Amino acid sequence: MPQKQIAGTTVEVNEEGYLTNNAQWNRDVALVLAGELGIELTDAHWRVLDFIDKDFKEKGVVPGMRRMNKVGGIPTKDLYALFPDGPIKKAALIAGYPKPASCV
Amino acid sequence: MKNLKNMLILGAGTAGTIMANHLRKKVDRSSWRIQIVDEQPGHYYQPGFLFMPFGIYTEKDVIKPKRRFIPRGVEYVEASVERIDAEKNRVRLANGSELPYDVLIIATGTHPMPSETEGMEGGDWRKRVHDFYSYEGARALAAKMRDWNGGRLVVHISEMPIKCPVAPLEFSFLADSWLRQRGLRDKTEIVYVTPLSGAFTKPIASGILNHLLDEKRIQVVNDFNIARVDNEKHKIVSWDEKEVEFDLLVTVPVNMGAAMVERSGLGDELNYVPTDKHTLQSRQHKNIFVIGDATDVPTSKAGSVAHFEAEVLTENILNFIRGEPLHSRFDGHANCFIESGRNKGFLLDFNYNLEPVPGKFPFPAFGPLTLLGESRLNHWSKRAFKWAYWHLLLKARPIPFVDHNMSLAGKKIPPGVLKAEATT
Repeated sequence: MPQKQIAGTTVEVNEEGYLTNNAQWNRDVALVLAGELGIELTDAHWRVLDFIDKDFKEKGVVPGMRRMNKVGGIPTKDLYALFPDGPIKKAALIAGYPKPASCV
Repeated sequence: MKNLKNMLILGAGTAGTIMANHLRKKVDRSSWRIQIVDEQPGHYYQPGFLFMPFGIYTEKDVIKPKRRFIPRGVEYVEASVERIDAEKNRVRLANGSELPYDVLIIATGTHPMPSETEGMEGGDWRKRVHDFYSYEGARALAAKMRDWNGGRLVVHISEMPIKCPVAPLEFSFLADSWLRQRGLRDKTEIVYVTPLSGAFTKPIASGILNHLLDEKRIQVVNDFNIARVDNEKHKIVSWDEKEVEFDLLVTVPVNMGAAMVERSGLGDELNYVPTDKHTLQSRQHKNIFVIGDATDVPTSKAGSVAHFEAEVLTENILNFIRGEPLHSRFDGHANCFIESGRNKGFLLDFNYNLEPVPGKFPFPAFGPLTLLGESRLNHWSKRAFKWAYWHLLLKARPIPFVDHNMSLAGKKIPPGVLKAEATT
């Protein structure tokens, strides 16, 4: 896996820029990843990222839209406002988790 | 007379039926009574629904009586389940009677729920808006396709996860072939709309298969999370106001687990039961096990998964009733044929730790089946599988050469792609 230097940390990323090892992630890394996507992280953004982190540890997958709404308490409109155009895949990248994917 | 203990299976679809057959063979019936409950009598060969809109299969190919596949020695109860009372180890049926259990197996599957999307069951439903994830839907779509004369065909996924996640793409590929045969391909636009970031989301598969989309002139709209169907203007609209117009919308509605799971307080936001991904034991109740589409385990919802899970679950249930630790581990193995049109198909073999990769299956070099490569043999094997489903798989007869644990033999695995086994 290609390696990158982000905020003074060495992280492994795949060809789409997603971290392949969440253990290498930290909040400074998140700030840089968000910046690369043109996003400045506010408390509202962190609510989403913290929920993804907590939920991934429980379920082993990045939560879907419905789970974000019902379990995370984060409305869809908010997700689109915070992370425009493909909100969950962007939030997952910034949070250091894999892109939501199917089997193939 | 000795008091029998009760083993209860909810759902007589693929997973429940396979479990009934495994348990009947392995559980001591002088100590255990085995019952299976289902509310409707027809067993569907769901992979056949994909072929019905194209007239390749008809109704008789895809439905047989459920009872036929339940062995003597397992009691078949035709009833609806009201709820599971996990604290009291009892299942209440809709008719008011109760079934006590010592071991419960939830195999109630997942179902298309068009009502979950605003407007989906509106004026266009079953006229211009169709689905092939149900028997009735596949039949209605077959009738619609017979009258098709060209226009904009939109194939759509409402929300992930869905069972058989590749079926919408297969539908698009089959539609391309079918329309060409009828001289309608140039008069038809095929548009594939997905909430995911692409038609293919795994890097290796994507690299190998993306060309099929260009070859078959299938347009792709990514990152489309549907908010509603506009039945007046015949279009789907996303939460961020993107629009896709259609003359015919073939959608996969939101898939959810059985409503009785919610009534029982046992499910997540989509009514799937939190399940240990290796042992298949419920994460909340030790004497409840879950199999097939009803679980929340992070692999595909597919028949092959239910087949492999059943081998693991049977062993773990035997451990459980003997008071032993659960020894068998499910590795997320799925093995799926994918139709790519023109009598060709490809084969995927993957698990929790390995995405689909190229190679030969099941034997290195010899194959004879090709992984992540198009071949006629793959297509004909998928068609032949219907016989194997009714005669081997459902009856828990062994299917040769394929273990429930995915094999690495014959696979070309690039470095770094095989994930390490987690320590938890």
